[in-house]
Amino acid sequence: MIGYALRRLLQAIPTLFVVVTLSFFLMRLAPGGPFDLERPLPAAAMENLKRIYGLDQPLIVQYGRYLLSLAQGDLGPSFSFRDLTVNDLFARGLPVSATLGALALVVALALGLALGTMAAFRRGRLSDRLIGLGASLGLAVPTFVTAPLFQIVFGLSLGWLPVGGWEGGSPRNLVLPVLTLALPQVAAVARLTRSALNEVLAQPHIRTLRAMGLPPYRVALQALRGALLPVISTLGPVAAALLTGSVVVETIFGLPGIGRYFVDGALNRDYTLVMGTVVLVAVMVVIFNLIADLLAAVVDPRLRLGA
Amino acid sequence: MITLAVPRGPSLAALARRRLVRNRPALAALVMLIAVGLACLLGPLLTGHAPSRIYPDLVRVKPSLSAHPKPDAVRPAIDRLAFRMRLTVEEYSVSDHTVRLTLTSPKPINERSLSYLPRSDLFGPARVLERAEYGRRLVVEAPIQRLYFLLGTDVVGRDLLTRCLVAGRISLLIGLTATLVALLVGVAYGAVSGMLGGGGDALMMRIVDILYALPFVFFVIVLLVFFRAGLWLVLVAVAAVEWLDMARIVRTQTLALKSRDFVRAAHALGLTTPAILARHIVPNMLGPIVVAATLLVPRVILLESFLSFLGLGVQEPATSWGVLIAEGSRSLESAPWMLGAPAGFLVVSLIALNVLGDGLADALDPRLSEPS
Repeated sequence: MIGYALRRLLQAIPTLFVVVTLSFFLMRLAPGGPFDLERPLPAAAMENLKRIYGLDQPLIVQYGRYLLSLAQGDLGPSFSFRDLTVNDLFARGLPVSATLGALALVVALALGLALGTMAAFRRGRLSDRLIGLGASLGLAVPTFVTAPLFQIVFGLSLGWLPVGGWEGGSPRNLVLPVLTLALPQVAAVARLTRSALNEVLAQPHIRTLRAMGLPPYRVALQALRGALLPVISTLGPVAAALLTGSVVVETIFGLPGIGRYFVDGALNRDYTLVMGTVVLVAVMVVIFNLIADLLAAVVDPRLRLGA
Repeated sequence: MITLAVPRGPSLAALARRRLVRNRPALAALVMLIAVGLACLLGPLLTGHAPSRIYPDLVRVKPSLSAHPKPDAVRPAIDRLAFRMRLTVEEYSVSDHTVRLTLTSPKPINERSLSYLPRSDLFGPARVLERAEYGRRLVVEAPIQRLYFLLGTDVVGRDLLTRCLVAGRISLLIGLTATLVALLVGVAYGAVSGMLGGGGDALMMRIVDILYALPFVFFVIVLLVFFRAGLWLVLVAVAAVEWLDMARIVRTQTLALKSRDFVRAAHALGLTTPAILARHIVPNMLGPIVVAATLLVPRVILLESFLSFLGLGVQEPATSWGVLIAEGSRSLESAPWMLGAPAGFLVVSLIALNVLGDGLADALDPRLSEPS
């Protein structure tokens, strides 16, 4: 299993290489530079700045240097946040985004699995239909609608929770952003669980268990094991997306995560910050896809042969 | 010559249509979508407001079925206008959607100042009924406008319903066009890959795998930020993200169909590969393609509205539901309907598309036997 994991990580290196190369040159093709201010800098100052950041070198040299420092885990200095490196920025923002994302993931899994199981066991009844309706609503309402709605209802009208801010990660400040992030995922997990369970519940081994008189919750546990597979296989990209932060949620709730870095970095032509974010997301996708595949092998023994 | 009478069974399309009609939620979704589409197409002509028409006196009007200005708003509006015209209102009476005023001034009144009335959006052109005291006293009658804002107005006083409908045109257009582009690229790529088989297929699918691993939304954002967002660029960018799934679906189907007898027979009869693709492979997987495309449209619309919400998508003066939602969330406290109206349109359309897609998937599934 460890050998398999290592092989998968090695296989990911070409992909990461393509990602880095594509984004590096794509960005440099674009007009404008990181030091273009509304009032242009004096030519000498511009020269100096470019020399300090190595932008005076030919593009291919810059690319080589970037790859070299990237291989050592150094993402370079940020152009828009002076005196800070991209690593510093991530060290500050990633814990915030990752905390929110991890909590949202837990909520999504717990609620989604519970609701999906309930719907599958009450197939065709009112609760099944209500859950189905709720799930399609949850999938259709974008976070940039739910977030301000939550702020108005729970923050301003009812006054139960703060409308935004981080405050060192106090639980009260986390509730609304986590709920906003989790809601579409709850709906997705519930839908997947329901359809997968419906398929498993029709299989002979479940009928046997029922015939043997097992209590419903034991049947549910047994069936869930078979139904978990499709849920797990979609979880990789979802987890990566959740943990690397959401522009919308972090902007609306005013959270100091890394979700904003990409858009801000792109707007400011902060080459290293944009590159860093792209690399971070790509690495996260690779890692979480691997974890999802390993988990799938744990749940389904048939998948272990391939590994 | 012998002719064989072959009993013709119902075609898949006919079966699917029958099943779809029986699926009430899917049918309701279809009706809903047609309604939204027609409303967006024709509605802006019927609301009586141009989407960019600004009513400065009717800012942040609440949604209602009654006409504006409201009866209790007429007097303050008249007072405000009289102040601007530097006249005194001596008498004031309202009857039958007209207002009758007696205006006085210490100096003779310049009747051109009466144009303040129609200019205010609230009243029509004024008619002078009586002149007295050498023009220092006028009796004037002006019709009160009857403006309807079913969904209210926004922060600068534009009719929200008209704006939502016009925005819907863009959102739906982007959804459909980007889906079409993704569909064409994905079907062509997937079919060719599946048909080639072997090394070519492996290479083409490896490329798709690599593209899957790219944080594509990020590339779209880079494209939009660096190369100045335009509607068509948004379209291409969105399509570039979404064709991958289609390619995978089509490839799997092609692989399955390729080894079937009728395709082998076509080969044996000397048909070229492109002809087989066009005549036998693609038509045989229309079902899954239609389903995937229907489910793709809501995703595209959602992606576009996300980009527009960030200010990277559709740019002023054009507008989409995402743009309107962004505006609405900024003035949520003072005018909650500005978020509610476009969000409602967006959510209803997305749900309807999803329900229709699921319904089509059931209807086009040949495994499901026809319940008689």
